[in-house]
Amino acid sequence: MNSNEILSECNKIFIDQLDNDAIVLKRETTANDVEEWDSLTHIQLVVAVEKHFKVRFTTAEIQGFKNVGEMCDTIEKKVVAK
Amino acid sequence: MDFKQIKANLKKDFTGLKKVKVAILADSSTQYLAQAIRGIGYEKKLDIEIWEAEYDAIDLTISDISSELYAFKPDFTFLFLSSSKLQKKFYKSGYSSDFSGDILEYYKKVTEVMSSHIKTNYLIVNFPDKLDSVFGHYAGKVNSSFSYQVKKINISLMDWAQNNAAVSIIDLCGLQAMYGNAFVTDTRLYISSDAIFSLDFTIKLAENCVQVLEAFTGGSKKCLILDLDNTLWGGIIGDDGLENIQIGDLGIGKAFTEIQLWAKALKDRGIILAVCSKNDEINAKEPFDKHPDMVLHSDDIAIFIANWSNKHDNIKYIQSVLNIGLDSMVFIDDNPFERNMVRQFLPEVLVPELPEDPADYLPYLNSLNIFETNAYTEEDKDRTQLYKAEALRNDASRSYTSEVDFLKSLDMISEVKPFDAFTIPRVAQLTQRSNQFNLRTIRYTEEDVKRIATDNNKYHTFSFTLADKYGNHGLIGVIILEKKDKEALFVDTWIMSCRVLKRTMEQFMLNEIVQYATRHKFKQIEGEYIETRKNGMVREHYKNLGFTAKDNKWILSIDNYDTKTCYITNA
Repeated sequence: MNSNEILSECNKIFIDQLDNDAIVLKRETTANDVEEWDSLTHIQLVVAVEKHFKVRFTTAEIQGFKNVGEMCDTIEKKVVAK
Repeated sequence: MDFKQIKANLKKDFTGLKKVKVAILADSSTQYLAQAIRGIGYEKKLDIEIWEAEYDAIDLTISDISSELYAFKPDFTFLFLSSSKLQKKFYKSGYSSDFSGDILEYYKKVTEVMSSHIKTNYLIVNFPDKLDSVFGHYAGKVNSSFSYQVKKINISLMDWAQNNAAVSIIDLCGLQAMYGNAFVTDTRLYISSDAIFSLDFTIKLAENCVQVLEAFTGGSKKCLILDLDNTLWGGIIGDDGLENIQIGDLGIGKAFTEIQLWAKALKDRGIILAVCSKNDEINAKEPFDKHPDMVLHSDDIAIFIANWSNKHDNIKYIQSVLNIGLDSMVFIDDNPFERNMVRQFLPEVLVPELPEDPADYLPYLNSLNIFETNAYTEEDKDRTQLYKAEALRNDASRSYTSEVDFLKSLDMISEVKPFDAFTIPRVAQLTQRSNQFNLRTIRYTEEDVKRIATDNNKYHTFSFTLADKYGNHGLIGVIILEKKDKEALFVDTWIMSCRVLKRTMEQFMLNEIVQYATRHKFKQIEGEYIETRKNGMVREHYKNLGFTAKDNKWILSIDNYDTKTCYITNA
């Protein structure tokens, strides 16, 4: 699975979890760009992403993602390592 | 249920649902829990309005008399201290061997302060347990170990709750044991947002909290209906015969023995057991009477139906004999086809989707916590006997040509008295559980009932029992009269158990309250009917008893009252 595929899967998860069809994720998207994405829904999104890709982020990773791209890179690393 | 569904539920229309006000006082972040409780409440037809105290500000909140908490007036208050904060406190205390006592005192103080401002039910979340991180197993021998103190706190909380009607426990410790600590906690969530549970467990905890709220607001389950073949024993009695069904040590019999032990314990707690099986009756009953390894016996089953009709028709019949709501019934059957049929025709009946392996039946059923309750009285134990006596009466009534002759033949006696220490728990239970013969459906806690019972200036109370030659129904009627002024009595509460419908009990009850009114020179009795989804059967109650309608109330004048005919004698 490459980075683009991961991004598009994440996009689906965000649309599903936040119940908003209009969400279009780019690598540089941050929480500020998506209205429903706040500190509360953040955890919900992280857990959904983890379940989907069957990976587990560390605390530092969860706190440190600067944008969607960084999250996708982390997922890719973990998926490859498996 | 997942968080997405919960979020979707939050956007739904809650109008018309039963309102419940809940406050959460915690020292960790509870936003997920609050959302989950409200979202799950929607599924149970509850509009749970939640007020969350500022994070980690319990003391501040309760000591502020102008606090929103007191303006909000919650029906229920969750007090939820996290075990990680508890551990910090314990270390700070210098590993005090009095720690558990101090914590219990703290809870008592919190509830005392709150109770001086508002009346609420306290739901105290207890503490999860784990192997002591400092002493290991040796902690059992050290009273200043954290593990020992936590266990002691949990026990003291239960002891306290047993003597205080306004306090109940949410057994987080039990849930943690059921789901396992790995599922319960998410250390990352704790570190980044101070929420101590994983999202998945938050949902489980919320489900349990809602079940407790449901039980308090009249939604508890009363009857367990059991299939037989491959549900209560392994194999098919009609084909395999008495010696070959699997129960006890034969085959996978242990799994079924455990289910029977569970059912028996439920029956002893007051849940009515019924059997609904596709079988010839003579075959179906044989194991109950003859198999040495059966835990359940004929005596334990209030209604036994074994025939070849549709199960939903049989369940309807069971419901009509017991006279309880379909939504208080649970049906357990190994056969997916039967389960689906019942679900389709009787959607109100709870039909658990059993796992494939009978060994998993009981753990799965336990995880659903189906029979949550908010009261337990001595009378509950005998309930199956009551319903069996009812079946005898049903048979007898058919042998009399007139209903009056039948009623006379019952030799009915009722004991009438104001609420006292012995009857208060049962009275509170009736106000909380009765849905059908309940004129105003005002729910009272034991504390409320105690207050009403002692406030003689404002109230006069009546509890009614009924016994006949077949058995004792116990306390089946409750009336609370409010003294509005010197002339008028208002019927604040009129509840009767549906077990005693059509016995002229209502007439007897009215005669009694009119006698009281006459003795104390009241001129009229006012009644009110408040409609709910379930109390349609008493819509015409006051009209039928000769009250006249006036401004949404019903009025009975005492002066020209004709004593109603009834066949019940006052003990």
